[in-house]
Formats: sequence, C-alpha cells, structure tokens
Amino acid sequence: MDPLALLPLPAATFHILLAVADSDRHGYGIIQDVAARTGGELKLSAGTLYRSIQRMLEQGLIVETADRPEPELDDERRRYYRITPFGREVARAEAGRMAKMVEFARASGFAPGRAHGRA
Amino acid sequence: MWERILLRLLPASFRYEYAAEMGAIHAQRRRDCAGIWSRIGLCLEMTADLVVTAVAAHCEILRQDVRQSVRTLARSKAFTLAAVAVTALGIGATTAAFSIADHVLIRRLPFADVDRLAMLWESIPGYSRMEPSPANYRDWKSMNSVFESMGAYRGLLVNLSGSGQPESLEGSSVTADLFPMIGARPALGRVFSAGDDRDGAAGTVILSDGLWRDRFGGDSGVLNRKILLDGAAFTVIGVMPPDFYFPERKVPLWTAMRFAPSDFEDRTNYYLNVLAKLRPGVSAAQARQQMTLISVELERLYPKDNHKVTAYVGDLRELVGPRARVLLTALAAAALCLLLMTCTNLANLLLARGLMRRKEIAVRTALGAGRERLVRQLLTESMLLALAGGLVGIAFAAEAAPLLAKLVPNGLPIAETFSIDGRVIGLALLLTTLTGIGFGAIPALRTTDAAMSGLREGSRSGVGGRRERLRGLLVVAQVSSSVVLLVCCGLLIRALWQIENTDPGFRPEGVLTLRTSLPMPKYEKTAPRLRFYEQVLTGVRALPGVKAAGYTSFLPIVLGGGIWPVRVDGAPPDANAKDRASLRFITPGYFAAMRIPLVAGRDVAESDTVTTLAVAIVSQSFVRRHWPNQGPLGRHFRLLDTDWTVAGVAGDVRTRGLERTSEPQVYLPYRQIADGSLPWYAPKDLAVRGTGDPATLVAAIRRIVAKADPEQPVSDVQSLADLVATDSAPRVVHLRVLGGFAALAFLLAVVGIHGLLSFAVSSRTQEIGVRLAVGARPANIFAMVLRQGAVLCGAGVAAGLAAAYGAGMAMQAALAGVRPDDPITFLAGSAAAVIMALAGSILPAVRAVRVDPLSAMRSE
Repeated sequence: MDPLALLPLPAATFHILLAVADSDRHGYGIIQDVAARTGGELKLSAGTLYRSIQRMLEQGLIVETADRPEPELDDERRRYYRITPFGREVARAEAGRMAKMVEFARASGFAPGRAHGRA
Repeated sequence: MWERILLRLLPASFRYEYAAEMGAIHAQRRRDCAGIWSRIGLCLEMTADLVVTAVAAHCEILRQDVRQSVRTLARSKAFTLAAVAVTALGIGATTAAFSIADHVLIRRLPFADVDRLAMLWESIPGYSRMEPSPANYRDWKSMNSVFESMGAYRGLLVNLSGSGQPESLEGSSVTADLFPMIGARPALGRVFSAGDDRDGAAGTVILSDGLWRDRFGGDSGVLNRKILLDGAAFTVIGVMPPDFYFPERKVPLWTAMRFAPSDFEDRTNYYLNVLAKLRPGVSAAQARQQMTLISVELERLYPKDNHKVTAYVGDLRELVGPRARVLLTALAAAALCLLLMTCTNLANLLLARGLMRRKEIAVRTALGAGRERLVRQLLTESMLLALAGGLVGIAFAAEAAPLLAKLVPNGLPIAETFSIDGRVIGLALLLTTLTGIGFGAIPALRTTDAAMSGLREGSRSGVGGRRERLRGLLVVAQVSSSVVLLVCCGLLIRALWQIENTDPGFRPEGVLTLRTSLPMPKYEKTAPRLRFYEQVLTGVRALPGVKAAGYTSFLPIVLGGGIWPVRVDGAPPDANAKDRASLRFITPGYFAAMRIPLVAGRDVAESDTVTTLAVAIVSQSFVRRHWPNQGPLGRHFRLLDTDWTVAGVAGDVRTRGLERTSEPQVYLPYRQIADGSLPWYAPKDLAVRGTGDPATLVAAIRRIVAKADPEQPVSDVQSLADLVATDSAPRVVHLRVLGGFAALAFLLAVVGIHGLLSFAVSSRTQEIGVRLAVGARPANIFAMVLRQGAVLCGAGVAAGLAAAYGAGMAMQAALAGVRPDDPITFLAGSAAAVIMALAGSILPAVRAVRVDPLSAMRSE
C-alpha cells in the first residue's frame, strides 16, 4: 500500500507512531509518552487511544508484539505494540508533509525561520 | 460498576479486544489523581470518552459492513433485485393503504379544537339520527350549559346568475356562529357576523376558493360585489382559503341562514345539521346527560311534537359511514397481510441464501470473525435490502396515492387528494426497519449457527429439519394470509353482485336525467312554475325518439331523505310517530319514464289540481304497512296537514340506494302544491326515456329549457344507469384495489411454495438420486414433492379459512347481506389455494423427477 494514501494522519495516530518509534510500548505507556512529549498538552483518552490502535493494526502501521519485558515489570493484562516498517514509512511521509507545510507557512510569513528572515 | 456498564456500550468485538486494557488505564488514572473533585472530573471525562468511542466504533463497523454488504449484494444482482422488489411491494401497499386510512379515519379534521366539536341530532322512534328542527335547535341552544357555542347549517340549492352562464350550485347555508366555532378564517374579506343571519338583513355570501377562481377569475375586487342567487342580490363579503371545506368537500358558497318566526312553528320539520362545541373541561358523557334532561323537559312542554324525541350527541367522525369505515379498515388489514407475506418471502430468500453461503461464512468464522460480527454483518445486509425496498415502496405509494383518491368519501370536509405525510413515512420506515431486523435476524442467526456446525461436520449439504420447519411455517403463514385475502375479496365480489342484482324498482336503461332547479322568489307562485314544466315537457315529449318524460321532486338515490310523518285513519297516535314516508311531487309521465309499474289505480293526472280532490299514489310497501290484505284505493291518510285519497299504487323504489332499506313512498300530483309552500319539493329532476342512446337528447333538451327560461341552468346531466352506478362506484374501486392485493398475495404464495420446494429438492438431490437408483419410480418422486406442497397448502388453507371467517364477520357492514360464511366463496377460496399449491410445486416436482441418479451420487 502506498504510504501517501493514508496522509494526512490524524494527530493521535501520528503521536502514537512517535511514541512507539524507539521502543515497544503498552497502552498506558503510550499515553504517558505522548503527554511527556507534548508537555502535558495532549492527554489521549483510553477510547481515542484504542480506537486509533485498532485502526492502525488494520492498516498495518503497528503490530502487537509477543515480546514481553522482565516479569517483575510486566502486567499480564497489558499488550505491547511495535511499529512496522510500513508504519515508519508512513510516519516519515507524514513528517515530510508537515515539514513542507511549515515551509509554505514560512514563505507566507506565518512562521519564524529562514524564509521570514530573508524577507 | 459504572465503568462496566459503559464498557457494555462498546461493540462486542472492540470490547473483547480492548476493554480490559482500557479498564487498566482508567484504574491507573484513578490512582494518579487525588481529591474528590478531580475524581469526579475523571469519571465525567471517562463517561464522555467511552460514549464517544462507542458511537464512533459502532459507526466504523457499520461503515465497513455497509461497504461489504453493498459489494456482496452487487455480486448477486438477481437475489438483490428480488428481495428489493418483494419488500417494495409490501411496504408500498402498506404505505398507500395506511395513508388513505389515516387521511379519512385517523387524521383530525381541520377544525379548531376539533376534539370538543360534536354533532347534535334528534333521535325519534325508528331513526337514531334525524336532522333537528329549528324550534328544537333554538331550545337546545338556549337551555344547555355544556356547549360553549352551537351552530346550524343546511344544504342550499341555488342558481347563480348574472355574469356568464347561469349555474346551479349546491352550497350551504350556515348560522353566523358556525365559522368562528370551527376556527374558519377567510382568505379575503370576513366571515358572517351576528348581523348577517338576522331575519330581513341584506343578503351576504362567502365564496369558496374554487368558485372564486372559476367564476370570478380570482379577482380580489369581488369583495362587496353583488351577485344574483336565485335572482336575489347577495353581497360577496369573503372568500375562503383553498383548503377549507365545510360541511362537505364540494361546497362552492355559503350564505347566512336566517330563521323567520314561522320556521319555529313546526317541531317536526327536520332539516338542520347542528354542530356544537363543548365547553373546556366538559366531557361528551356530561353533555349527553344534560341533553337527555333537556329532551325530557321539551317532551313535557311539547308532548305531541316531541313525543319520544331525544337528543343524540355524536362524534364528527361519524360522518364517515360504517361502510366506508369497514372498507378502509379492510384495505389497511389487507395491506398488512400483504406486508406479512412479502416479509416472509424476504425471510425465505435470506434463509435460502444463507444456507447457500454456509461455506463462505464458515471460512470467515475460521479466519477469526466472531459470531456477533457475522450476525451484525448479515443484519446490515438485510437492513440495506429492506431500506432500499422501503424507499422504492414509499415512492411507489406516493405515485399510487392519486389512484386511491376515489376511495375518499365525498361527504367529509377533507381534500380528495391526500399526501403521504411525515407520520406515514415514519411509520413506513419503522415497518421497514422492523422488516429488516425481524426478518433478517432469524436467517442471520440460523445461517451463522449452521456455519458453525457446518464447519465441524464438513460440508454435507443436507438441510436441517428445524430449519426446514421454520421455512415451512413461513410458507403456511403466506398461504393462509392469501386465502384470507382471496376469501374477503370473494365475499365483497358476491356483495357487489348482490347489489347489482338488486331491483331498484325502476328500469334505468335508456333514461336521461337532468336537473332544472327553479329559483325561488321567481317561481314561488305555482303558475309560472307550471308554465315552465308544461313548456319543457311538451317540447321534450315532441322530440323524436322520446318515449316518455316526467318531473319529480328528487330522483331516487340522488336524495334519500324528504321523509314526512303520515297518519292513517283510525291508527292509534302512538304508532304515528313511526309512520313515515318519503314524499315526492311528480308530473304525469314520471312513472312511464322511470318504468315504475303502476299496480293498481291510476297515475297522477294534469286534471289533479288544487281545486280537485287531493289524491296520492302510494307504494306497495305503504299499502302493506297500513292496509294489509285490504283494498287501498279510495282510502285516506293525512300528510302535510292535508287529507289525501289513494288513487293508485306503484311499485316500490329503492329511494335510499341499492344497499339500504327505504321508507314507503308517497307521490303527489305536482299541481296540488299550494302557492309558496314546500319550495324545496318543487319538481326539479327530469327523467326522459328515449329509444336510443339518451346522451343524444341532451343538446335538444338544453335548447328547450333555454327557450322556456333563458336564465335557467341545467345541471347534473347523466344517464339514470350512471346514476345507479355511482351508488356502488366506491365499492367497485375498493374491490379493484383489494382484488389487486389478493392477486399479488396469490402470486407471492406461489413464489413462496415454489422457492421452498425448489430448495428442498436441490438440497435432497442425493437422497432422490439414491431413491431412484434403488428403484423408486419417477411417479413416486413426483408425488413425494407434490405431497410436501399439499401439506403446506392444506395447513395454510385450514388456518386461512378460519381467519377469513373472522375477517368476514368484521366486514359484515360492507357485505350487503352476504353471509360471512358464504359456502361458495369459501369453496372458491380453497380451490384457489389448490391451484396455488399445484402452481408452486409443479416445477420443483418435475426437476426432482429429472434428477440423474449417477451424477447426484457422484457429487457426494
């Protein structure tokens, strides 16, 4: 499937992809990671989270992983999610799209940066 | 606890996957927050989140299922078309039938505070609802305390002349309190006020929208213009809006009703219609109670005139006659029957398809689809089918509505055309949804059930007994509903035959009828009237091809009323109250034109005048009633305060139409009406018997009338045969609609039987092959399939005939005396069911015989 077909990604989906980019995480872990990354600005609700996860699983952006952490850190109710290569591709494509948008915004003087400085 | 309830809102598949983790997250959150307020906040947040998630998840699944269903349905076009067509038929028929029943029977009449309106009648011995007389109306009005207002109206026959062709109109004359009481507001000008209905006030008239447009070109300058009604000037004071009807649909104008002191003299002069509005908070029962007391008081005051007279407080809806009510209810019931049949056909289609798809569904189950998801998917499919069918059906009903307009009775203040409004569409959509869910759920459950077990058992394609029993039951239901419809239709056909074979008492073939109603101030004196009749009749009788011509006050069927009390010599006074006869003034030649036989004595003659002996021709039933087994000629009776001598006896005539019993008739010579008395009874209906097609005479007769009086309009031109046919016209239309329903039901039942047996045969191919291989004769196989059809049909017929008898009992008011257990009809219904069974089973039986034993067993 063409990664571009999924763009633009819903904000929650993009944040979840970022959260699982470097390590497998369970649901609550994702919520915490997103909150930390955004300085508490975005707190995903459980419903939003799992609806996104369900769709992302269907789209093949993430998979459930059978690898579990050390037993003393584990809670058996938890499921862990891992980003797929396709998920990485899509996240990159989305980041590129956003970067381009920022470029455009700069050119129009809506965002600080080089374009604005030159003008 | 609360959380667990909320989690139940989620779709099962979603819940199964994620509920535990969501619970864990919520628990974690709760641990993280301190303080009662933040906990409450968290709880609210969680509630909102779960509700939103549940809705979104359900929508998501629905979207997927719809997409999937559209794809699957598009692949099997024949099935989809059949299912949509079948549903459309059922929903369409039901919607159309319900909208007309709603329009006529259910929807509130378009009057203000319609729940508080009541019709008041006089009950006299023999007649439960008689038009009240002005004197009793006046006394009711002044003596009661239960009604906030009371008004009266009556029919008004006037000739409108002046601008353009003179025209005879059937308007209405109303008291001034009537329009305000029903909340009628004019589109232009004003309605009547108290000054208008005073005796001697200047004439005022209100026009209907139709008359205003047709006759006055919709010109608003018509207000304050004077128009001529029966030669007298009336000022136009208002125009009503297009959707205003009172008291009947076709009324073109209204004048103010005035009572002269003389109108209150005769308490038995019944001619008013009285409408009253209950005071707020007063019940109809209370009103009845008080009106009964008032009646007792009036009887005490006027023991002779008001002997046994009571007041009857009725509902406005009673204006819909019992026949129309029964016929419309039957129509709605028939439509429901048809809906049930289409639903069972749909269920059968879905069941058969489900069994066919067992493998596909088993595979999907194996791939991890939960049963809940599969059932949901199948239900979405049936809902989609039902919705598509429902929409087509509603569109079909909207198209068919104008065709049903003929079933709307004329005597009601409602429009003839009816629209299918939001309520009916809502009902249709509800029915559609119920159809989709109700008749999709069982097949869906059965199908997934079969798929689960099918996977375990391998792919043996036998059909489970339970499943086949269910389908068999559906077919039995179909057969019995179609038998009910067929029998009801048969009963109504028999009733129609009965009515058409009823002898009206005259021979309608070859007779032309028309009306010249003479305007009253101009023709109040008998002399000009007699001149007019003489001129017209002489002219008409001289026309080539005319055999006889005569005038009467009212033709039979056109007017059933005109009933007067009669008193026969020596009869005790108590019996008098019951003795009534319908009164007509006629010219010589009327009996000959109508071919009403004179069985004794003579016809009225030109020589019977006010100066000669008052003579009467009475009907045979009049003689039977008053002088049984005695010679009637030369006997006397009193009517209209005059003593009449019987000069002749005529055959009985069905004055009230073919379906009702009529009073005995009295015919009086037209020259014996005194000057200025009984203007309403002045002969106005002309009957002309010709040798050829009566229509060819119309132009010549119009010329003759115009020559006698250029301002005199001719109206109601029709053949007597057409006039008799109009009497049963709504019945014929109704029968056609019901007949169409019955034919559809028959077809659906055949399709149902055929579908079931074909499926049974194809799923028993191997068994049949084995039977043939071990030596069963094709005739046995043929008989086996037919037997199955016969059993289904037999069960259906038995149930159907029992239900049909019940339906017949309920329809008795519309059966014109045909017994609801009429054996011929029931036999015909059963015979139709046998044909149905044969037609449905013949093809599957032939296919069963053609099974090739070798290939059938090889496929195993």
